[in-house]
Amino acid sequence: MRKPIAVLALLILFVFLAMGAIEMRPFGEPEETEMDDYFLYDEEEGSQAHNHVNNVVTAVLFDYRGLDTLGEATILFAAVSGVLTVLRELKKEGGKDD
Amino acid sequence: MNWKMSRIVRTVTNFLIVPIIVYGIYLVLHGHLTPGGGFQGGAVIASSTALLIIAYGTLGEHEKDLSSVEALGLTLFILIALLGIGTTMFYNFLAGAGGVFGGTIPEGINPGYINTGGTVPLMNIFVGLEVTAALSLIIWMMSKETFVINSEKKEVKD
Repeated sequence: MRKPIAVLALLILFVFLAMGAIEMRPFGEPEETEMDDYFLYDEEEGSQAHNHVNNVVTAVLFDYRGLDTLGEATILFAAVSGVLTVLRELKKEGGKDD
Repeated sequence: MNWKMSRIVRTVTNFLIVPIIVYGIYLVLHGHLTPGGGFQGGAVIASSTALLIIAYGTLGEHEKDLSSVEALGLTLFILIALLGIGTTMFYNFLAGAGGVFGGTIPEGINPGYINTGGTVPLMNIFVGLEVTAALSLIIWMMSKETFVINSEKKEVKD
């Protein structure tokens, strides 16, 4: 009883996935290019001409908003300092008491 | 502190540790071309440290080294940021200037060239160093404490 239903559900799912795969556009040819035209390919403001980075997200993280990343790294440094302070090994004096 | 897992786990760890570290380094080095970057790649490399600690129980006496690597990464990051102070802090003075990471990008869709990006890949590398060392240190210190607690419980039971 449960097996035919499962097979049917699987078949329907497969058909929909196959339809999606067939209708997919070829790689590197997006349908809408307004965002790319501004953020990537713009001759003055785009990240390709401005700082020669293909990946806009990384360009924002490490170039335009580099101070933010510095803050993140400092927070991580402070977190590690705190963990090392709390969990540091205390040396026993003379080994008399634990 | 000489707690280990079985020989099977240790052997599989020895095989898995190399692809994990290579994948992390790939994520860090291709941060300016593909999704990923210093933080993500550093976290992947730190997961290999977690695997080592689970399998072997200890990293040896490398705590000071990890602390130094972390401080070095952060210092070099700030240094690179200050090198562009002629214009502003975090100015990308290497982009398109030729030399290391100074290549130019042909306009439009391109497959991605690793010798581009100016200071961005350098900062990725330094942040990757820092995140690797920081997360490894946190994982290691916490695992160390649990091992101590477990051994104390055993002593109480005996």
